[in-house]
Amino acid sequence: MIPYISNTDADIQHMLNTIGVKSIDDLFADIKPQHYPQSFNLPDGRSEYDVLEHIKHLARKNSVDLVSFLGGGYYDHYVPSAVDAMISRGEFYTAYTPYQPEVAQGTLQALYEFQSSICALTGMEVSNASLYDGGTALYEAAMMSIRITRRNKIVMDGGVSPIYRKIIDTYTKNLNYKFVETQVVHGQSSRDEIFKHLDKDTSAIILQNPNFFGAIDDHSDIVARAHELGILVIQSVYPVALGILKTPGSMDVDIVTGEGQCLGLPLNFGGPYLGFMATKKKYIRKMPGRIVGQTVDQKGQRCFVNTLQAREQHIRRDKATSNICTNVSLCALQAQIYMALVGRQGFKELAMTNLHKAEYARQSLDKIDGVKVMRSSPTFNEFTVELPVDASTIMDRMIERGFAAGFPLGRYYGGMDNYMIVAVTEKRTRQDIDNYCAALKDVLTGLTAEVTT
Amino acid sequence: MEIEEHLLYTKEHEWVNIDGDEAYVGISDYAQNSLGDITFIELPSVDDEVEQFEELASIESVKAASDIFSPMSGRILEVNEELEENPGLINKSPYEKGWVARISLSDLEEKNNLMTSEEYEKFLESAG
Amino acid sequence: MSLVFEKSVDQRRGYKNPALDVPAAGKIDAKYLRSEDCPFPEMSELDVVRHYTQLSKLNFSIDTHFYPLGSCTMKYNPKFCEASARVPGFANLHPLLPQLKDGERLTQGALEVLYDLEQWMCEMTGMASFTMQPLAGAHGELTGVMMMAAYHKAKGNKKRYIIVPDSAHGTNPATARIAGYDTISIPSDENGVMDFEVLKSKINDEVAGLMLTCPNTHGLFNSDIDKIAQMIHDVDGIMYYDGANLNAILGRCRPGDIGFDVMHINTHKTFTTPHGGGGPGAGPVGVNKKLEPFLPVSRVVKKSDGTFALDYDYEDSIGYIASFYGNFALLLRAYAYILLLGEEGLRAVSDHAVLNANYIKACLKDKFHLPFDRLCMHEVVFSAKKQAERGVHAVDIAKYLIDQGIHPPTVYFPLTVKESVMVEPTETESRTTLDEFIECMLQADLESQENPGMFHGLPKTTPISRPDEVKAARELNTNYFTQ
Repeated sequence: MIPYISNTDADIQHMLNTIGVKSIDDLFADIKPQHYPQSFNLPDGRSEYDVLEHIKHLARKNSVDLVSFLGGGYYDHYVPSAVDAMISRGEFYTAYTPYQPEVAQGTLQALYEFQSSICALTGMEVSNASLYDGGTALYEAAMMSIRITRRNKIVMDGGVSPIYRKIIDTYTKNLNYKFVETQVVHGQSSRDEIFKHLDKDTSAIILQNPNFFGAIDDHSDIVARAHELGILVIQSVYPVALGILKTPGSMDVDIVTGEGQCLGLPLNFGGPYLGFMATKKKYIRKMPGRIVGQTVDQKGQRCFVNTLQAREQHIRRDKATSNICTNVSLCALQAQIYMALVGRQGFKELAMTNLHKAEYARQSLDKIDGVKVMRSSPTFNEFTVELPVDASTIMDRMIERGFAAGFPLGRYYGGMDNYMIVAVTEKRTRQDIDNYCAALKDVLTGLTAEVTT
Repeated sequence: MEIEEHLLYTKEHEWVNIDGDEAYVGISDYAQNSLGDITFIELPSVDDEVEQFEELASIESVKAASDIFSPMSGRILEVNEELEENPGLINKSPYEKGWVARISLSDLEEKNNLMTSEEYEKFLESAG
Repeated sequence: MSLVFEKSVDQRRGYKNPALDVPAAGKIDAKYLRSEDCPFPEMSELDVVRHYTQLSKLNFSIDTHFYPLGSCTMKYNPKFCEASARVPGFANLHPLLPQLKDGERLTQGALEVLYDLEQWMCEMTGMASFTMQPLAGAHGELTGVMMMAAYHKAKGNKKRYIIVPDSAHGTNPATARIAGYDTISIPSDENGVMDFEVLKSKINDEVAGLMLTCPNTHGLFNSDIDKIAQMIHDVDGIMYYDGANLNAILGRCRPGDIGFDVMHINTHKTFTTPHGGGGPGAGPVGVNKKLEPFLPVSRVVKKSDGTFALDYDYEDSIGYIASFYGNFALLLRAYAYILLLGEEGLRAVSDHAVLNANYIKACLKDKFHLPFDRLCMHEVVFSAKKQAERGVHAVDIAKYLIDQGIHPPTVYFPLTVKESVMVEPTETESRTTLDEFIECMLQADLESQENPGMFHGLPKTTPISRPDEVKAARELNTNYFTQ
């Protein structure tokens, strides 16, 4: 039996007769002998049970039992069971892009709801129906700013995720764009540094809130200065923090992007994730990606369609706003269901719980000899810690004790080998945090003993 | 398909109505009909310089998008701002209320590169 | 149907947060805080579940309906692949773990999946290496074209153009443009493939490369492909294989053997990862030795002790194109699918996809015009021009099929065929289903002769009638809160 193929021998014979050929091979006559494969050696097929056992075996080679304080833009939040149950409905995950609106109102309405939720979250007027992930969404925002301003210099604050910075660097380095990174001072956006680089050639300044070090900021002053020079402001945000933090909309930010993984998506070793983008209504035609709009049908009842499709590659071809074809529809649905389940009050509580637990961890860590918690800025659920030795060394020993202790900054920031960022989500209990601090204390004592002996 | 007699036409289906050293430009009835219901037009800015047969504006319907090319070179004196709110005017009245821009012409000789209404009619017939 | 926001009732709750078991000591100055709570709806879990279950029922999907949407490969998504992707040891794995010092040891299982998948994809396509990072097919195209650009830069080549046939997917010219190239479009000839003579006349030293779907969007394999590759290579151009239709030639032909230098695979097409209502996708990119130095980082390597590691140390790499290692949960589904099917099953994919498409073609060609009357591969393009003469257009036939419980084929694409109706049945559909579809299409043709007025106002059985798309575009309403 060949899995998932239902033509029987009799079917095959009937079909070949109807077509008027003798064999399936005859159907491939356009592929000439010189095109035949030089090799095609793949493993033999296995049973479902066998493959699943193999995958479980591989899964055991991954360390997922670590108590995690690892964040860096990707957070270990709890996903309510109803989220996966809903996206597991075949009517959602086995449908495609809603090209035929009459038979895709489920997907279209859910995406309209998602767009509305993203607008509510960010305080912006319009949102698209999602992009690949937070990093590529930020790149798309940079390109969008270039289309709007017709300028080609982008300034990026050093507090933006270094992973995102590397992505944008890759996409822009061979093109005629100028890309400037500003230095952070004490883990904060430095106004002096940023203002120094803003000029009439600048299309956008890219900021992040909270930034990679965990610092919270109010960027309103940067926005005001940028707008005086005709520069757009792009802000990358962390949705869960927006349960309580000031919205980019109220700072008059022009384009908002972010990573929606925290809204009900598993960590999945890096994807699929959920990029989102919101902007002001006046820029909607310059925005990439699918957009769902409300309209009426012939009977006058409310319904939803893909709209402004003339921006997109399947119509505009080489003049499209982006080459993006699909979005990440199912991930947007996942996030929408999560936001509806958690709800207005629940979402604020979730954010507050994250804040309080992180504060408890900050205070506890601060009491450990040799550990210094950076307090130059307010923070949300992630913060920077200075250690007496290379953070990577600590990390190693913490893993032996069952903790993913944080993310060492030395990997992406020169001269910051002794620093790490620590994230605390609602999933971490007081006991987890106490155990973590005890383990860290133990590791540091051990290291001191090694140095003195 | 309506073709206005006193206008000159391009192969890309734009028209121009020359009055001294100024002119109104727009798209033909044929063009608006093949685009379908127009939903958006991106107009040029006043004082922009345009070249003959170069991009002047872009126009969208639900399932198509295309550029409008300037029939002649010159400087933009005025754009039809009403189209921003009501792009359907181009469908309703392509030769009058749906005009796109008024241009100060820099080279009147360029009109020799355009088609008369009779020539345009034949052009449409031959294009099938 | 009401929107989720319209069903909100104050104080209703759908989810219980973990307890706050620490002092409520976190404080942030009011100037950093939002002035109003985020206006998400307040609903019980049942409210939410019922809302989205009801919404789901408004969709056509593969699980519920035949879905022969040409160029999209709507084949069955095995439930077993879904189960594989949800194994907790993968689903809960943090992507930054392997970036910790010696952190690769914490994710050996995941790295092994990526490594094996790369080996198998190389074997299936004849490429030397793959990157799993691109997050969709179009993202793969961009990755590939950026490598093409890096290759020319390294060689000091001055290149301006990428050649794309007029039958190509819109992503090809859009990608070329974003990567900094101008495009040259080549028309199709009367046999439905790229016009060889026109192509020949357009090739010059400034051509950076050619992007080609093969078989193309007419469902036709270009037998001159090796000659075309030679001509492009003669000007040091790069041959890009758009893998959108790789499912048609699996086991019959490998892009790497016929002259392609770089390619992407759409995992939802070839390896049936779900379409998800429009993503997420995954678009692994393969290259031959010529382009290998330019692959994005990180790359997964196998060390001499048999363990796996991430290697970032490639001087000529184009850099990071995605945050991590690709859409892992989709790659894991593809991994499970390949292991289950094995070599025999993978060969059967293309055999039956092509058999099913040719069967439909044979059964409908008397009634529906065939612009290219020859053997097709995995999909067949008809033109509804005979029906259109009777006032029944491709879109009308599409809406008619909806009322018969069939998702329409792709209509009005490819742009090269007027009134095009593009049918891709896929290998997972049975002859029984195909016969039902054929019957409906023949009936549509009959109705177009006897009762063309009947098509007016279709579909009639759907939750909504035809939507006013002009109103949607003119009176934009994309956000419930500011409508």
